[in-house]
Amino acid sequence: MKAIRYLAATLLLALLLAALWPGALTRTPYDRQFRELPNAPVSRQFPLGTDELGRDRLSRLLYGTRVSLLAAPAAALLSTILAALVGGLAGFLGGWFDRAAVALIDLMLSLPWLFLLIIVRAMLPLNVPALVSVLLTFGLIGLLGWPSAARIVRAGCRTLRCSDLVLQARACGLPRGRVLLKHVLPNVRPILTAQFRASIPIYILAEANLGLLGLGVADPLPSWGNLLRPLESGLAPDWAAWAPLILMLVVVSCLYLTQSSKVVVQ
Amino acid sequence: MKAFLAKLDCGAGTRACRVETRLDAFRGLRTPRSKVPNTHAPRSKGIVRPKSVDTSVDAADTSVRATAVVVLALLTLACSAVAATGAQPGGELRFCLYSEPKTFNPLLVADTSSEAIRYMTAGVLIRVNRQTQELEPSLAVSWRVVSQGRGIAFKLRQHVAFSDGTPFSAEDVAYTMHTLFDPSLHAPTADSFHAGGAAVKIETPAADEVTLTFPTPVAGIERLFDQVGILSSKSPRKEMASLGPFYVAQYKPGSEVDLSRNPYYWKRDRQGLRLPRIDAVRLYIQQNRDMELIRFQRGDLNIMSAVSPELFDQLQARMPAAVRDLGPSLESEMMWFNQSPKAPLPAYKKLWFQSREFRRALSAAVNREDLCRLVYRGHAHPAEGPISPANRFWFNSGLKPHRYDPAEALALLGKAGFRLQDGQLYDAQSHAVEFSIVTNAGNQAREKIAQMIQQDLKAIGIRLNVVKLDYSAIIDRISQSLDYESCLLGLTNVDLDPDAQMNVWLSSASNHQWNPNQASPATPWEAEIDRLMQAQGSELNPARRKAYFDKVQEIVSQEVPFLYLVTKNALVAVSPSLQNADPSVLRPQAVWNIEMLALTQEVAKK
Repeated sequence: MKAIRYLAATLLLALLLAALWPGALTRTPYDRQFRELPNAPVSRQFPLGTDELGRDRLSRLLYGTRVSLLAAPAAALLSTILAALVGGLAGFLGGWFDRAAVALIDLMLSLPWLFLLIIVRAMLPLNVPALVSVLLTFGLIGLLGWPSAARIVRAGCRTLRCSDLVLQARACGLPRGRVLLKHVLPNVRPILTAQFRASIPIYILAEANLGLLGLGVADPLPSWGNLLRPLESGLAPDWAAWAPLILMLVVVSCLYLTQSSKVVVQ
Repeated sequence: MKAFLAKLDCGAGTRACRVETRLDAFRGLRTPRSKVPNTHAPRSKGIVRPKSVDTSVDAADTSVRATAVVVLALLTLACSAVAATGAQPGGELRFCLYSEPKTFNPLLVADTSSEAIRYMTAGVLIRVNRQTQELEPSLAVSWRVVSQGRGIAFKLRQHVAFSDGTPFSAEDVAYTMHTLFDPSLHAPTADSFHAGGAAVKIETPAADEVTLTFPTPVAGIERLFDQVGILSSKSPRKEMASLGPFYVAQYKPGSEVDLSRNPYYWKRDRQGLRLPRIDAVRLYIQQNRDMELIRFQRGDLNIMSAVSPELFDQLQARMPAAVRDLGPSLESEMMWFNQSPKAPLPAYKKLWFQSREFRRALSAAVNREDLCRLVYRGHAHPAEGPISPANRFWFNSGLKPHRYDPAEALALLGKAGFRLQDGQLYDAQSHAVEFSIVTNAGNQAREKIAQMIQQDLKAIGIRLNVVKLDYSAIIDRISQSLDYESCLLGLTNVDLDPDAQMNVWLSSASNHQWNPNQASPATPWEAEIDRLMQAQGSELNPARRKAYFDKVQEIVSQEVPFLYLVTKNALVAVSPSLQNADPSVLRPQAVWNIEMLALTQEVAKK
C-alpha cells in the first residue's frame, strides 16, 4: 500500500513538473494551428501528432494538464475554506446560526449542480480572456462545492464543542473566537486536509464534465475537459485516449493519497 | 410487352390487397367494400377474396377454374420478372428520426421529425419535386392562379381515397383550409399564406374543384401547398387518415414510429403498378449518431440522413458504395455583429459593428477555404450569401464568396480609422479591438469554426473571445436582452421561396438579427432591402421577383450584416440493398421518392 502511495505521489509530481515546464518537451504553442498538417501522425516535430485543426497534441496535453492540476487544487482550497467557515461556525456556535447553516447546506446539496453551473456560467460576462475563464470555471466549481465538506466539518466541531478540551478553555475565560481559532480548528485540520485532497479529483472531473459539454475553459486554452471532446463520439481517433488515460491516472493517484490522509485522520 | 406489363400489375395488385386485409385487422377497422374507389374495386374482387375463389373451385365451374389457372400462371411469370430486376415489392424500410415527433397532425408540423412523417403520410395538392425543384401535380391534377394572385383554383384528382377507405373530395380540401386558417389552431403553415386573420374565401363549385381566395396577393402561392397535408372531413380516424403512400400504424414514444403501406394510395408507376413498393417503414427515434452508424453498418438500417463529415469519412472507408455527397445543401454557418442601438455595449464597440468597412474587413480576414477543409473535411463550400446554390432558382450566381485577403482586411480597417500597432489593432480612439463571439455549446463544428476565426483575426490584431453557451441562453441574449457582441450560428432555409425569409430581412422583423424590431430602417440599405422584399412579395411574375431578390442578395453581400461562412454539403448514406434511391439535398433527402423505393429481394424477404 505504501509503495502504491509513493508511486501515485511520484506520478503526480512528474506530471506537475511536465505541466509547469512544457518547454522542456515541446516548443510549439498550444494554440498555433498548422492548417496544412491536420491530423498529422507522430513525428519529431509533433511527438503525439496534431489534432484536426493542426495543433500540437503534446503541447495541448501539457498545457491542459497544467490548467487542471493547478486550478483544481485552487478550487478545492476555496471550497475547503468556505466549508471551514460555514461548517466550523455552525458546529461551534450552534443555535440559530447552526440551524440556518444546516438549512443552507441542505439547500445547496439539493440543487442539481451541473445545471446550476450552466446557469451561472450563462449569467457571467462574455468578454473575458481565456485565462479569466479558467478562474471563473474553477471558481464557480469551488464556490458550489463546499456544502458536503461543511457538513463533515460541522459534525467535527460539534463534537469538539462539547469536549473537555474546549470546556476547559472556556472555563479559563478564553474568548469564543480564540477558542475556535486556537483549539477547535487545529483539531479539525485533519478533516479539512482530507476534504481538500478528496475535492481535487472531484473538481478535475467536474471541469472535465463541463468541458465535455463545451462549457468549461474557453478556447483556445486547453483543459482536460476540452481535450476529451473528441471522445464524445464513440468512434474517436486513437490519440484522444491520451487525455482520459492521464485523467484517470491523476484521479486514481489523488484518491490513493486521500485514502492515506484518511488513515492519518482515523 | 403489353401482356407482360399486365402480369406485373396483377402481381402487385394481389400484394396490395393482402396488405390491406392485414392492416385492417391490425387496426381493428374493417373497410367497407362500398367505400373502395371504383378503379380499385375490380382488382380486389378478382384476387383478394380467397373465400370466393375457393367456393368457385368447389363448384367446379370450369370457366372460373380456367381463369384461376391463367391468373396463377401470370402471377408466376410476374414474380419471376420482379425477381429478375433484383428489387422485391414489400419489405420494411428502416431509418432513424433524430428527435421525438411533436405531432402527427399535418397542419401543426414545426419540427423535422414530424415533417418527415408528414411527407410520407400526408397527401398534398401540389408537390415540389425535390430533385428538379419544379412543381408537380399531386392530389390536384391542375391548378391556375386567379384574381391577380389573390386566389388559386384547383381541379382535383378523382377516385382517390384515404388510408381507411374514405373517399377524397373537394369537401376535404375545404375542411383542411378552414382548419388551417382557424386562429385557435395556431398552425405554423398558415403563417406562410399571410392571411393575417382576414377571412379566406373557400369555394367548392364541384366535387372535384376548389377555389381559394385570399385577402391579398400571395407570391409563389402554389409552392405553399407542398406543406399542406389534406385532412379528411368525414373519416372517423380524423388526421390519422392519410392520403400519402403510408399511414401511421403504431407509435411507441421514445422508441419508434411504424408506418404501413396505404392500400388506397392513388399513385402508380409507369408500368401501372400500384405504389408504394415497400410494405412498411420503421422509424427509430435515435439521437446517438454513432449508434446509428453501427446499426447501418450491420444492415439494420437502410438510410442515414444528415451524416456528419466525420461519420461520412469513416463510412466511406468501410462502405464506399453506400455514401453520397450530394453537394451544397440549404444549411450554412454564419456570424453577425450586434448593431442594435439598444444593446448594452460600449458606444465605441457599437461604432465598430455599425461600420461597413469593419464588417467587410473581418469577412476578408476569415479563411473560408480552411473552414471547409478542416472543419468539414472538404464536404462544404465557402458561402456566397443568404441563398445556397442548392436553391437553383433563387440563388444569385453573380455573387462570389468574399476572398480571404488579410492585407485587404487591414487596408479596409485603415480606411475606417483603425491602426495596427505591435500586433494589436486599435480604433481611432485608441481602444484595443477585442470582442466576444457566442455560439452554442456542444456543437463541435461551430466550436472549431470559432477557434479558426479566432486565429484568423489574431493575424490582423483582433482578440476574439469565444464563449460557448447553452442554446436557450443564446436565444435569450440575441432576441431579448441583446447582451452580446457577435454570434455564430447556423441557418437552414427550409422553404426555397424568399417570401419565407421576410421575418429576417424586413427591418421591423424580430428575426432581423443584427438590429431587430426597428421602428424605421436604421440605414438606407436596410430601407432598400425593405422595399425590395415588399416588392418581390407582391409581384407575381417569377422573373421579376427573382430580379428583386437578386438585388437583395447583392446588398447583403456588400453591406455584410451577416458574414456567411460555409455552405455545408448534404451527406447521406444509402444501403446498397435499397433500390431506386436518388437522394436530394432538399428534405427529406433520401426518402423524397419513397413510393419508388424498393428493397432487394434478399432484404425484402427478411
